[in-house]
Amino acid sequence: MSAAATATPLLAVRGLRAAYGKIEALKGIDIEINAGEIVALIGANGAGKSTLMMTIFGKPRARAGRIEFDGHDITGVPTHEIARLRIAQSPEGRRIFPRMSVAENLQMGADATDCSEAERAAGLERVYTLFPRLKERIAQRGGTLSGGEQQMLAIGRALMSRPRLLMLDEPSLGLAPLIARQIFDAIRTLNRQDGLTVLIVEQNANHALKLAHRGYVMVNGLITLAGTGAELLQRPEIRAAYLEGGRRG
Amino acid sequence: MSANPVRPSPAPQTSGAAFIFKKALISAGVALVLFSLMIGVRTEAGPQGGLIYWTRFGDLAALVATVFGGSIIVELLRQWWGPVDSERIVPKPVQAAMSFAGRWLAPALLVFAFLIPVIFYNQRYILDLSILVLTYVMLGWGLNVVVGLAGLLDLGYVAFYAVGAYSYALLATNFGLSFWVCLPLAGILAAFWGVLLGFPVLRLRGDYLAIVTLAFGEIIRLVIINWQSLTGGPNGVSGIPRPTLFGIPLDNSDDGLAAKLGIDFSPTHRIIFLFYLILALALVTNWVTIRLRRLPIGRAWEALREDEVACRALGINVTTTKLTAFATGAMFGGFAGAFFATRQGFISPESFTFQESALVLAIVVLGGMGSQLGVALAAVTMIGGFELFRGLDQYRMLFFGMAMVVLMIWRPRGLIGHRAPTVFLERNQAISSDLVKEGHG
Repeated sequence: MSAAATATPLLAVRGLRAAYGKIEALKGIDIEINAGEIVALIGANGAGKSTLMMTIFGKPRARAGRIEFDGHDITGVPTHEIARLRIAQSPEGRRIFPRMSVAENLQMGADATDCSEAERAAGLERVYTLFPRLKERIAQRGGTLSGGEQQMLAIGRALMSRPRLLMLDEPSLGLAPLIARQIFDAIRTLNRQDGLTVLIVEQNANHALKLAHRGYVMVNGLITLAGTGAELLQRPEIRAAYLEGGRRG
Repeated sequence: MSANPVRPSPAPQTSGAAFIFKKALISAGVALVLFSLMIGVRTEAGPQGGLIYWTRFGDLAALVATVFGGSIIVELLRQWWGPVDSERIVPKPVQAAMSFAGRWLAPALLVFAFLIPVIFYNQRYILDLSILVLTYVMLGWGLNVVVGLAGLLDLGYVAFYAVGAYSYALLATNFGLSFWVCLPLAGILAAFWGVLLGFPVLRLRGDYLAIVTLAFGEIIRLVIINWQSLTGGPNGVSGIPRPTLFGIPLDNSDDGLAAKLGIDFSPTHRIIFLFYLILALALVTNWVTIRLRRLPIGRAWEALREDEVACRALGINVTTTKLTAFATGAMFGGFAGAFFATRQGFISPESFTFQESALVLAIVVLGGMGSQLGVALAAVTMIGGFELFRGLDQYRMLFFGMAMVVLMIWRPRGLIGHRAPTVFLERNQAISSDLVKEGHG
């Protein structure tokens, strides 16, 4: 799957607004993700990155604007039906099922989709080749895994639905740098080998922008900058805000 | 994040006799203060209406001595047992014996259950008690779907038991429908009420959910009491037909089962029939639950118990998942209710008080939430034990309270607290090795 094959973007968000009660979290967002791309969304705490991702996934509901996936309007579609369109989400804080085994956690990822047994098995095999650590821990309870392994499990679980778009919320949160790099490497592998389209929300701007083809910078519910990953990394305001001065807040 | 942090196991603290003695003395002191008024002085209204009192220092001394001795024993036990959370090194032979017992306990219990009517044929009391225990096993398994698997705390489970019982009683007495027609109807009606309860509580969790379900249970009971024209109010419904063996009644008549088989009639036949009926119903409950746990819907219930947000992120329809859990649990409650009605022949709202809900919930929690065997063992212990200690009169509740406290200290997750995974290693490996051959090459 090449980026040029589809004229329309895989995901297009236009003028999206969302709010928690009276507090407006998204104030008119426009982003596009083409098939086969890794897109990073960076910004400080409270900028609305996670909200944008959750709004794309149907909860909270959009107040205004339009979300199109593969040319279809999905703005008002309930969450569980969005997942059926093969958009997968790995939520913030991993949120694996602690008392269920690694294998069961992975099965859960495929349960809500209507994929066949063979597709399920192929998905499992893909996850295990990507994260051999999970295969070693197959019968272990999710809660007994280390943080990095839990993150691998969360990504693996999302992959089990054979997504066309994978949305990752802060996959490096709370991980040691070495483990975080492993996670980023896995995402790159998925993109290059399987042509998976990825939207990644990160505070770790350096890592995320190096990984991504393109990036968006979000401040206070608005997109303030957009460009390729390399371009954004060169921008002085990005370096000042997210890289050299240390990550704020 | 990890649920079971591996701790360095602390060196066994074998504190000296002085420590134990001191602790026991403190306990005895507390007991003395508490009991000196509660036990030591007895007051009563005298013949002239004035207050008379006398002292019972003997009893007081006995109690304080018991506390002193008990405290020493508890402390010794605790040292022998080690801290509650620590990993215990169990000797190999004991481990082997335990795993052997673990593997064979359930089949052994099942075989024993099948043989009960044979062994205790002439002991009506034991047969009746077994039927009672099995009813609670079934109720426990039914509630286990809602509380143990889906993690929805339901304090009004007795409502579905009542719906099932009244469905059968009213359908049978008013329309003359047979037990076998009414049984599925009772289940369906109870499931319907389960969905009705489910809708308003979809957004609630934990204690809020518990309060609403508690109220729901009371509402059903109050409706039954007050809807006199339909339910007979507090007088209940009597003359509920006994179950038949596919149309053949189990009575003394000419076309009864005994006459057809050409054997002498005995009232025990009906008891034994009821026994096998409830055993079959309970086993169906168990079988369905075990099957469901291996299907996506059962897995979704368990995932829901673990993390609702993650379930949503995986595209699981939380609404239908919760409603099916309520409906399935309620349906089994309804079956049990229909059985209860046909066994008793008479039902009244008094049988469906909150206490029943609490008892069934206690069985599920003590058994270990989600464990089928644990729930069965807890039902046997609770209901059977209740009868066994009838001789202790008023101390029975005291004894049970203590037993429950002890259990919760030593096995805080219930009798059988571990959760057996439903996806097995062998199967996965088989699948993956198959794919290595055909797949990505």
